[in-house]
Amino acid sequence: MWIYEKKLQYPVRVSKCDVRMAKLLHEQYGGADGELAAALRYLNQRYSIPDKVVGLLNDIGTEEFAHLEMIATMIYKLTKDATPEQIRAAGVDDHYVNHDRALFYHNASGVPWTASYIQAKGDPIADLYEDIAAEEKARATYQWLIDQTDDPDLKDGLKFLREREVIHSLRFREAVEILKEDQAQKKIF
Amino acid sequence: MATFTQYKVYYPFVGPCDPCPPIRAKTYNTPPQLYVPVQPPGLPQYDPYTALKQGTLWPAYYSPYDGRIESKPGE
Repeated sequence: MWIYEKKLQYPVRVSKCDVRMAKLLHEQYGGADGELAAALRYLNQRYSIPDKVVGLLNDIGTEEFAHLEMIATMIYKLTKDATPEQIRAAGVDDHYVNHDRALFYHNASGVPWTASYIQAKGDPIADLYEDIAAEEKARATYQWLIDQTDDPDLKDGLKFLREREVIHSLRFREAVEILKEDQAQKKIF
Repeated sequence: MATFTQYKVYYPFVGPCDPCPPIRAKTYNTPPQLYVPVQPPGLPQYDPYTALKQGTLWPAYYSPYDGRIESKPGE
């Protein structure tokens, strides 16, 4: 089970009224390399991985949900005060006609989230390599999102999230090293 | 007693640092089928011409929608 702390992992500030950015941020909400996919991927893989790295998957998977909440807050702040006319002008009317101002698990192009975005091969090395790839793709997505806004406060939150992807990738790489085991020993193959 | 309307109003939290001018009053629809969920017999009827225009024979179930009702941003 989880214990919920009713605060964000890192403060989310949005200073520029930019409805279109909400559409782009959906890539990290319900996209293939988004936070939902990350959280579900790690929390699901942890059952069938050696004990030494279960805790890592548990902790990172949990943190991804904290990131999901931050992205949701950014999107909500950008859309909650937009009129139907402003939404249309920003090119988000395709989202509006289905969801009003609700968030939804789809990517920036409106493609709904699907479980085929994530994998669980059961092979520890294959799964950890997939996790490393996912972190690097999420890091890149944050870079492209930062490129698409000139709001320094929004950029600040996105930069924090990008840095977390860097560290998560590092931890998964360390997990691979742990599972390789033999490196530190003198062993004749 | 307040007049009955087919929408309800709520006033969501408005943050001091929100990026856009706030919409302070938001609404959601509460159309008539919510309040009379089983149609009783013998309800008053529109004349046939009006019924075809409105989409229902019974005024009790007529639900007009003439665009979103909420406060303007910043008001």
